[in-house]
Amino acid sequence: MLSLENTIREERTGVVVSVNNLTKVFNGKIKAVDSISFNVKQGEIFGFLGPNGAGKSTTINMLTTLYHSTSGTAKIFGYDNLKDPTKIRRIVGVVPQEYTADEDMTGSENITFCADLYGIPKKTSKPRALELLNLVGLDDVEKRKVSTYSGGMRRRLELACGLINRPKLLFLDEPTLGLDVQTRTAIWEYIKKLKEEYQMTLFLTTHYLEEADELCDRIAIIDHGRIVKIGSPADLKASIGGDIIELGVKETNVDLSDLISEVKLVKEVKKANSHYRIKAELGEEVAPAIIDLLRSKGYHVTRISLTKPTLDEAYLEYTGRSLRQEQSDQEQMWTRRQTMGTARMRH
Amino acid sequence: MPDSDKTLNLQKSDDLDENPLHGLWALTNRDLKKWYKTPMLLFLSLIQPVIWLGLFGKAMNFGSFFSGESFNIPGLDIPKQIINSISEQLMQNTFGTTDYFSFLSIGMLSFVILFTSMFSGMSIVWDRRFGFLNKVLSTPVARGSIVVGKVLSSVLRSLAQSSVVLIIAIILGIQVSNFTVIGLAGTFIALFLLSFGLSSLFVMLALRSSDWQSQMAIMNLLNLPLLFGSNALFPAKLMPDWLQYVVRVNPISYGTDVGRQLLLGAEGSNSLAFDFLFLAGFALLFSVVGIILSWRLLSK
Repeated sequence: MLSLENTIREERTGVVVSVNNLTKVFNGKIKAVDSISFNVKQGEIFGFLGPNGAGKSTTINMLTTLYHSTSGTAKIFGYDNLKDPTKIRRIVGVVPQEYTADEDMTGSENITFCADLYGIPKKTSKPRALELLNLVGLDDVEKRKVSTYSGGMRRRLELACGLINRPKLLFLDEPTLGLDVQTRTAIWEYIKKLKEEYQMTLFLTTHYLEEADELCDRIAIIDHGRIVKIGSPADLKASIGGDIIELGVKETNVDLSDLISEVKLVKEVKKANSHYRIKAELGEEVAPAIIDLLRSKGYHVTRISLTKPTLDEAYLEYTGRSLRQEQSDQEQMWTRRQTMGTARMRH
Repeated sequence: MPDSDKTLNLQKSDDLDENPLHGLWALTNRDLKKWYKTPMLLFLSLIQPVIWLGLFGKAMNFGSFFSGESFNIPGLDIPKQIINSISEQLMQNTFGTTDYFSFLSIGMLSFVILFTSMFSGMSIVWDRRFGFLNKVLSTPVARGSIVVGKVLSSVLRSLAQSSVVLIIAIILGIQVSNFTVIGLAGTFIALFLLSFGLSSLFVMLALRSSDWQSQMAIMNLLNLPLLFGSNALFPAKLMPDWLQYVVRVNPISYGTDVGRQLLLGAEGSNSLAFDFLFLAGFALLFSVVGIILSWRLLSK
């Protein structure tokens, strides 16, 4: 499997995926991914956040060796995506965006089929298939044809198939696309479990802000094939300038702006009629400090509110548009796709 | 989650089977399952050749042209026995057997091979369209195995279907002069090679396609010309010269030629050795080209 040299390098640097100026041009003209560079560290959940057509799936397809990259390099555990595709395929797992299981086979048949494709011996794959079905809670329906599964069940089956080769790195392309809230939460739990209990490194794409916020240690915001910003969810939110504190004071005739500005971490204070609008980092710590200061000087705080910036605002800041409008479009498309899948069964 | 999950050691690496042929049978069997688990499909796919056997083989009874009473040409009275023997001679010279039904039945074996093999490309189009192919491509299974798996499943299907057609032909009264194990084995080896080549050809045409309409169009474009431009329905020596060239490069003619020689004891248009050589070359050429193309074309 991994050569000793690679293992040592990986442990020393802690970098599992290293991407440099990776570019994909389709048919010589459509630039789907435009010279992106990033690293994924050992044991983290790294997320690609971006709208439809931003190049998220194309990137995953290059990293999982389905597409040939046009230029730039991608190294996974030190293996080059163009030179050593088979070695990469052996050690990574992929959970694709589409439902790729064969509808005419049962859940357990699908998993053992995947195991055969990886060359896992039958005596190993049989018990492992059971373990995985148990992990994703499909053990009671393993003998049923996949065509009878619900969307959530099929998504969980995809997850189980992606884990059959015990990957060190798992790629998840839009893991909760088109799922209801309950199923989405369940999938999130599985993903966290993989990271925390099995120290797996995960790379996921999503256009759900909540998902990126909830799961990812670091996020790359991708738009028009380019990475516009990389950082932890907290960093991204902080980078728009911090939390907003709104403060009302009984003594409206004096301007307290200068006094408030003395508080540590306060970045900006504006007085508007009877209240103050304060921009600060770590608002939850700054707000009590402001109250204490004002009280000690004998002023009366009448009301206070704290607004945390959301990832949506950060996203808006970097891409110039909001993601929320785009979600509904993609969900509609997904519904159509599922209908098509049902039609195929009857063909 | 139950505690048993703790036993799932996802960190430990596997001893994977690195044999380049791993997964080949899994891929082949997956396609076969869709077929043998749907008896209706098997039944339906047999109707067409059976109708052809019945309609053409039995209705076009060329042997009965002369089976009437004796001819009475003025000044010449030809007895029935002579006419019968002329008729037999004519049939023998034209078809290599005294019975058109037997002639056609062997042609039908190749016909079934052609029509079943053609669909090998269709399933790769569906697999691509629904993402299944992408899943397979993301595993370390050899790209060539994906192609060969499709080809093998199609070959096994066509051989099974042509066996059923042969059994039906026997029931309907094919006159097999030479019913030996060697004859049967030789015929089926020829059909195997024919199917291997044809399946590879149609898989190859579908490698890059995710569009089943154009795949259907290709199939419709090729099926009847391949059938009529062969000796499956009619002997090549009665065809115009230009068509005989087509028959000579058409692999279906060679598959049929082997069957007629080995099962009917008919005089072949080529030596058996040449027939087998041609079919083996055809199968080898297209499967090798198909595998080479699969390395280049399956990934974008």
